Amino acid sequence: MTDLSVNICGVKLNNPLIAASGTFGFGHEYSEFYPLSTLGGISCKGITLKPRLGNPPPRIAEGKGGILNSVGLQNPGVDHFIDNDLPWLSQQGTAVIANIAGNTVEEYCMMAEKLNDTTVDMVEMNISCPNVKHGGVAFGTSCDSVASITRAVRSHCRKPLIVKLSPNVSDIAEIAKAAQSEGADAVSLINTLTGMRIDIETSRPILKNNTGGMSGPAVFPVAVRMVWEVKKAVDIPVIGMGGISTWEDAAEMLIAGADALQIGTVLFNDPYAPIKICEGLSAFLQRKGLKSVSELTATIKPW
Amino acid sequence: MKQVKKYDSQPFELVKSSEIAEGIFDLELKNPQLAKITKPGQFVHIAVPGKVLRRPISVCDVNGDTIRIVFRIKGEGTRILSETRVGDKLDLIAPLGNGFEINNDKKYAFIGGGIGAPPMLYLAKSCAKAKESYAILGFANKSAVILENDFNDVVKKTIVTTDDGSYGVHGFVTTALAEIIDEVDEVCACGPTPMLKAVSEICSKNQKPCQVSLEERMGCGIGACLVCACKVKHGGEEEYLHVCKNGPVFKAEEVVWND
Repeated sequence: MTDLSVNICGVKLNNPLIAASGTFGFGHEYSEFYPLSTLGGISCKGITLKPRLGNPPPRIAEGKGGILNSVGLQNPGVDHFIDNDLPWLSQQGTAVIANIAGNTVEEYCMMAEKLNDTTVDMVEMNISCPNVKHGGVAFGTSCDSVASITRAVRSHCRKPLIVKLSPNVSDIAEIAKAAQSEGADAVSLINTLTGMRIDIETSRPILKNNTGGMSGPAVFPVAVRMVWEVKKAVDIPVIGMGGISTWEDAAEMLIAGADALQIGTVLFNDPYAPIKICEGLSAFLQRKGLKSVSELTATIKPW
Repeated sequence: MKQVKKYDSQPFELVKSSEIAEGIFDLELKNPQLAKITKPGQFVHIAVPGKVLRRPISVCDVNGDTIRIVFRIKGEGTRILSETRVGDKLDLIAPLGNGFEINNDKKYAFIGGGIGAPPMLYLAKSCAKAKESYAILGFANKSAVILENDFNDVVKKTIVTTDDGSYGVHGFVTTALAEIIDEVDEVCACGPTPMLKAVSEICSKNQKPCQVSLEERMGCGIGACLVCACKVKHGGEEEYLHVCKNGPVFKAEEVVWND
């Protein structure tokens, strides 16, 4: 039998598939389809220090092979998450990753402190949200700012710390190195690419926020390229995401350099995608004579 | 694994399809397990071949193992759906959302504006006092009128209004509602936002409860992705709820209407 489990920063995942933050809420809705242990982990909806209302609708638009969203981090706040969502989620047999976003470095640090003594398995620091006015992607686009926020949060965070990177940068490998040098345990990438759609009849953008973050199959080749570049630049685990929708995509992302994967947009089309991807990966490993999914990681043979 | 799921993603077989007005399609889809648990006001989320997002469409009627949906071609996704052939299967997540609350002792006015008319049919059929209730259906013109006979079979009286006067009463559904509102106990409505807002104002003036079914661009359809936001107020507090999970039916007085 093939082994789909992976170990990321000392946390064992049942399989390499983690539900991407913002696509899976806190898990309740998808548990209607299958036990959440079907997934290796769940990166929860991004939480902030205080509850956030989010952006006005419409918050979603579609393009060829992709979608744009501008939710704007609507969430009930870190305390509500810890008290109301986490206890249930921690009993579902899947790794729980708290995704945190702040307006200031201090807010990230305060949230990391609050999560230290909880059952959260890992913390994912979101410095790449394109849909909020303050903080968000502003922390994630220069090496200096990534280094300083990683250093600050690291000093408060006793959980394994993942830094989630923005693709809206000129050199993502340099950003990843900055995160690693200040103590990140892993990096995850890519967050959404900023994009826009316009209604030609009204000349109005479809999104009330005008712009949004693009995800879905159309961004997959960009994500593969960036995961490959980052894997070559760092020694810490790389969690690859961006448009994965089939087991073939999952295999490709692993080969490019991912140690684990996140899937998001595909769930909107097919909630059962994680089961299909795991089955496909297992069969592929068997056909290739590999015992463990980790044996695929970074096996790319570049020209 | 849960024994009884509230909703699931399953194949439905297309058993009947027709174009009932220009660009408006009437489909009957079969799935024994999910059709029978579908309630009035709920919707289905349909995977469209070649599209990343599903298309949410309200349920027009349920007959045994089949659900009926009536939708308008609005873009490429709905056009692809309209081209589905009888015998083909579509993947639906169903049933989704909260339906209307129906009180068996009440007489209703069921109001549908344009493509908002279909979900009112199953609701009217499920109402104990349908034969003492009204349907008010508003359309742009005569060629857009749909489902009049279906409603005629169910309610005491169906009033059709057209914006240009080419059929039925010349004017909006609100004109017709104002005339019969004293004869009903509650109003349920689905249609364009300005219509819902106007209906809600008439109900408020006449102190009649009103339930409205809202629409917003959707992602997951089950309440996880939070894109289909709708502003509501409880007491003095405003917050964004979500059309797919908290709705699509809301109490009209709680809705904060968009500009």
